[in-house]
Amino acid sequence: MLKPTAERPGRLTARPPGRRASELAALRALVRRETTRLIASPAQTGLTLLNPLLYFVVLGTGLSAMVGSASGTGDYMMYVYPGILMMAVQMPALNAGMSIVRDRETGLLRAVLVAPVRRDTFLVGKCLGSTATATAQSGLLLAFAGLAGLPYDPLLLLALLGELALVAFTLTAFVTLAAVRITRIETFQSALGVTMLPLFFLSGAMFSVEGLPVWLAALTLVNPLTYAVDALRQTVAGAAPGGVLPTGPDWGGWEPPLLVELLVMCVLGLAALALAARRFSRAA
Amino acid sequence: MSAPEPAAIRTRGLRRVYGDTVAVHGLDLTVAEGEKFGFLGPNGAGKSTTISMLSTLLRPSAGRAEVAGADVAHRPDEVRRRIGVVFQEPTADRELTGWQNLYFHARLHGMPQREVRSQARSLLDMMGLADRSEAPVGTYSGGMQRRLEVARALMHRPRVLFLDEPTTGLDPQSRAQVWQKLHELGRQDAVTVFLTTHYLEEAENCDRIAVMDHGRLVAQGTPQALKSAIGADVVHLRTGDDENTVRSIRERFGLDAETTPDGVRVRTADGARWVPRLCAHLATGVTSVAVTRPSLDDVFLHHTGRSLRNP
Repeated sequence: MLKPTAERPGRLTARPPGRRASELAALRALVRRETTRLIASPAQTGLTLLNPLLYFVVLGTGLSAMVGSASGTGDYMMYVYPGILMMAVQMPALNAGMSIVRDRETGLLRAVLVAPVRRDTFLVGKCLGSTATATAQSGLLLAFAGLAGLPYDPLLLLALLGELALVAFTLTAFVTLAAVRITRIETFQSALGVTMLPLFFLSGAMFSVEGLPVWLAALTLVNPLTYAVDALRQTVAGAAPGGVLPTGPDWGGWEPPLLVELLVMCVLGLAALALAARRFSRAA
Repeated sequence: MSAPEPAAIRTRGLRRVYGDTVAVHGLDLTVAEGEKFGFLGPNGAGKSTTISMLSTLLRPSAGRAEVAGADVAHRPDEVRRRIGVVFQEPTADRELTGWQNLYFHARLHGMPQREVRSQARSLLDMMGLADRSEAPVGTYSGGMQRRLEVARALMHRPRVLFLDEPTTGLDPQSRAQVWQKLHELGRQDAVTVFLTTHYLEEAENCDRIAVMDHGRLVAQGTPQALKSAIGADVVHLRTGDDENTVRSIRERFGLDAETTPDGVRVRTADGARWVPRLCAHLATGVTSVAVTRPSLDDVFLHHTGRSLRNP
């Protein structure tokens, strides 16, 4: 039988036996609903990918010529590729948060909340489903690895896809946390717009953050996106024929290895999701 | 601690307060199993708040409510398993197909895979949506969406179906269609239907209605009983000689009759049954007859001092 635990205060009365199984079934349904929705609207997927692709092809090629001629080191297309992949994750993650806020505003959420499913199950399902769709969408950009000068090595692509899944999870969890706390869609949009862009630029996605002043550099260290970009970049550099590894985040003279970076993201994502779920369960 | 006789919904002193505003004042309500119960009142009367409390989405500030045998505050999950809700605002997922909407709803309610398909098929059939089940809900008309939402609410075979303003925003034809389906539902299953409405015609369709105003219940009963409680029917007659007609009606039948600029007015219970007798026995020649029954609007007017039609 279930024992009282910290996560389930006062929820012990009269729980029928198949409780855990039915929550899991609900979770699966919630995840599948998101992926079904993705398949149902291919045009939306295409449009979401258009932005990072434009950055990659137009900005990447343009800057590549400039940077290449100025410094003569490295290939900018390869440098910026991890940042582009992350950008492709960012958009669907944002959309997930937006849909939570919008569904609550329009009352659509009530149709789900009236089901015999715990509220935190709903939130976790929504987050995992959106993680899956964000991974799938950004994964499509792996088809352009060649443009970054990368080989189509299945192991490399698989590693990148796995990392994208983790990045997608962390980002979606943060966006979900914001969505749970912000009730108006306009506020959500401007709040996320205001935070996402600086975080993106301060992650080293488009340019190296080495030359930044100290206070800005400190900001890059607490930015989850920094670890996301660097993890992807380490993987990219490891597979590139003559890839030069740019310097990543620096913890007092120690550069965290790939696994530590992945762990940082994982922990941050789980913490954000736990906070969001707790907050959402309490809202009545 | 269950009720003495089976009731689908039973509330005692149910109350909801928002800040300083009391949305629902101590509500005492009993709805029998299988009944079609209408909650009539103008916008802002507290109808939606009541439905939200009964469907466990809103905690009561005071009092208690039992729905389908479980307390809404203490055993909300049991209540949720046994109820279906159609909300006032559209809540179907427009990007998904009709079938997918039903599927995910059923899975959220823990329905086994193998049951989902057959149940969905029969409900889509019943709601006249079978041929559109694979189309995205975004392409449905308003009436179709509503019928899909009713189907969705019935997927997990609830014992009580809540409908919050089920036909608001629909054209008359779609409204009639939704109602036809609700009637079919009443004939087939013993599902209890609890609906709110501010349409008088819809309230007429219910077995019993409760009139709500400013968060209080001002009257309840069958539509017939409520109407007869406030007064008799009126029979309007047009004749060749109104004065003589009134006299002979008073003398011969002992009814309350008077002349008006529009003809003769007779007040009586069961007006329609008097018509043949009046016509047969009046020597003055009746040229036209009309019977007016008190409407639910008269009921509403009587209890609240305001009309629902022209607030």
